[in-house]
Amino acid sequence: MWELIRANKRNSVLLMAVMAMVLLLVGAVIGLAVFGPQGALFGVIAATVLWLFLTLLSFSSGDQILLAASRAQPVTHDVHPQLFNVVEEMKIAAGLPAMPKIYIINDPAPNAFATGRSPEKASVAVTAGLLARLNRDELQGVIAHEISHILHRDILYVTLAGIMLGGIVLMSQVFLRGMFYSSMSSRRRYSSGNQGGGQAQIVLLVVAILVAILAPIMAYLLYFALSRRREYLADAGAARLTRYPEGLASALEKIATDPAPQLATVNKATAPMYIANPFKKKGQRRLSDLTSTHPPISERIRILRSMSQGASLKDYSEAYGSVTHAKNIIPAVALKTEEIRIREGQAQPTKEQKVQDRLHQVGDIMRKVNGFLFLTCLCGLKLKVPPNFKGDTVKCPRCSRALDLAAQRNAQHR
Amino acid sequence: MTGALIVLAVFFGVAFLLVLFVIGIYNSLVRLRNQVDNAWSQIDVQLKRRHDLIPNLVETAKGYMKHERETFEAITEARSKAMGAGNVADAAKAEGQLAEALSKFMLVVENYPDLKANQNFLSLQEELSSTENKIAFARQSYNDQVLFFNNKIEMFPSNIIAGMFSFKKRDFFEVETAAEREAPKVSFS
Repeated sequence: MWELIRANKRNSVLLMAVMAMVLLLVGAVIGLAVFGPQGALFGVIAATVLWLFLTLLSFSSGDQILLAASRAQPVTHDVHPQLFNVVEEMKIAAGLPAMPKIYIINDPAPNAFATGRSPEKASVAVTAGLLARLNRDELQGVIAHEISHILHRDILYVTLAGIMLGGIVLMSQVFLRGMFYSSMSSRRRYSSGNQGGGQAQIVLLVVAILVAILAPIMAYLLYFALSRRREYLADAGAARLTRYPEGLASALEKIATDPAPQLATVNKATAPMYIANPFKKKGQRRLSDLTSTHPPISERIRILRSMSQGASLKDYSEAYGSVTHAKNIIPAVALKTEEIRIREGQAQPTKEQKVQDRLHQVGDIMRKVNGFLFLTCLCGLKLKVPPNFKGDTVKCPRCSRALDLAAQRNAQHR
Repeated sequence: MTGALIVLAVFFGVAFLLVLFVIGIYNSLVRLRNQVDNAWSQIDVQLKRRHDLIPNLVETAKGYMKHERETFEAITEARSKAMGAGNVADAAKAEGQLAEALSKFMLVVENYPDLKANQNFLSLQEELSSTENKIAFARQSYNDQVLFFNNKIEMFPSNIIAGMFSFKKRDFFEVETAAEREAPKVSFS
């Protein structure tokens, strides 16, 4: 386990260095093209300042920004005791130093992500749709995957690399747009100002435009390639933590086949955080392999299901090899022979729910998050009382019994 | 003269490196031992939590299950035995019996639909089964740490330093229940 974390850290640093170089290169070339020879230095300085600012921002409050952007709400134990219990179980299994903060996203599409700066300050967010759809074992698999991301230090890497990528894209975009507009209005500046340098300037400009177009694409490909790898590693970690690969496999299957529309609050930069690709693409499977942030979900399921010997990292690696016929995904230093037996599932088989029931359940989870009171009248009617209702009793609309709200409030606040 | 100086310098250099090496191994041993202790305390926390949950559970269930005196007694007895256990091996054995008694109880619960519909009981059941899981996962993490620590104590060169400062190997937390001890029966009839 520790070897894996160390290898991961090393790769993260390497990727950050490469990305920083690309950012500086973009800055230098653009500066050179726009302002001439002295401009290169200016461009590098501007790029560095931008990068420093973004890094500091993401370090200090990156997780808060991401959570707010996906409209995740912090929840207490009462809202969903099972979720809290499952997270705590996985926290214990992984030996994390602190309990991650737990958020729920109001969305029927099943998905989840983890974020944060370090294992001490981490957050896990799940959608209401996920909670409504999965049984206990499957939820455990998903949470174990997220806890593995925290344990492997992927959360900081995704935030920092995402921000760096954002910086590169931002600079290239500003330059290209600027070029586009300035070429329409003030063409003279480049051609008439310095006679001898004109030719060289134009060559430089073409190079700069090429770099500005290619650099973001390169950075994207690099970022996505690594984040695909991390997904496999987190799957392997989840199997090892839970000793039950089938839980995650069946959760992924449910997520893949879910009829709900795609997650509302997602964009290209936040997509790699999620357990399954939140964008629903149809028809362009093969073509999108290079640019997709996640490995094909069917492949992940097949790998998990072919782990019949045990639940160690080595078993995952062997299953990976037999499914994809590719070379090893887990760094060789982390592969030691451990004997880890797969346990049996605990959750009782659940009936397949109707879509309508599930949407009701999603609504109920969100009402709980928002402080609604739930009570059942003696006549069997379920009442959901909004938090801004101030009275102490409420009349049941069916049998007009007076129901005591104050006692219920006290019970929930305890 | 200079020859002697060089020999002296080399000697001290080697001695210095050796001391650094020993310090490094010693510190890593201490760190591992602390991790083992911490993992053990995690198990302890969860075991205590289970002991605390049981009276509530029994109290809630008693009203519905009038004819299951033996089941309740078995749980209560196993609980008090587990709470009094002294060392790791004893605790493991007593906790195994307690887990067994609880799983028997959960089987009996299936015959009482009224009890299964009780909201209070349901949330207690979720807490209890989650605590069972936490114990299992804490045990899993403790055993991982112990394996790592024991390997370090046995392997060269850290075994020399472990011997010098008398680091002791730790026990694994093995749960032996009657069900697990029994060899699987295979019949071809």
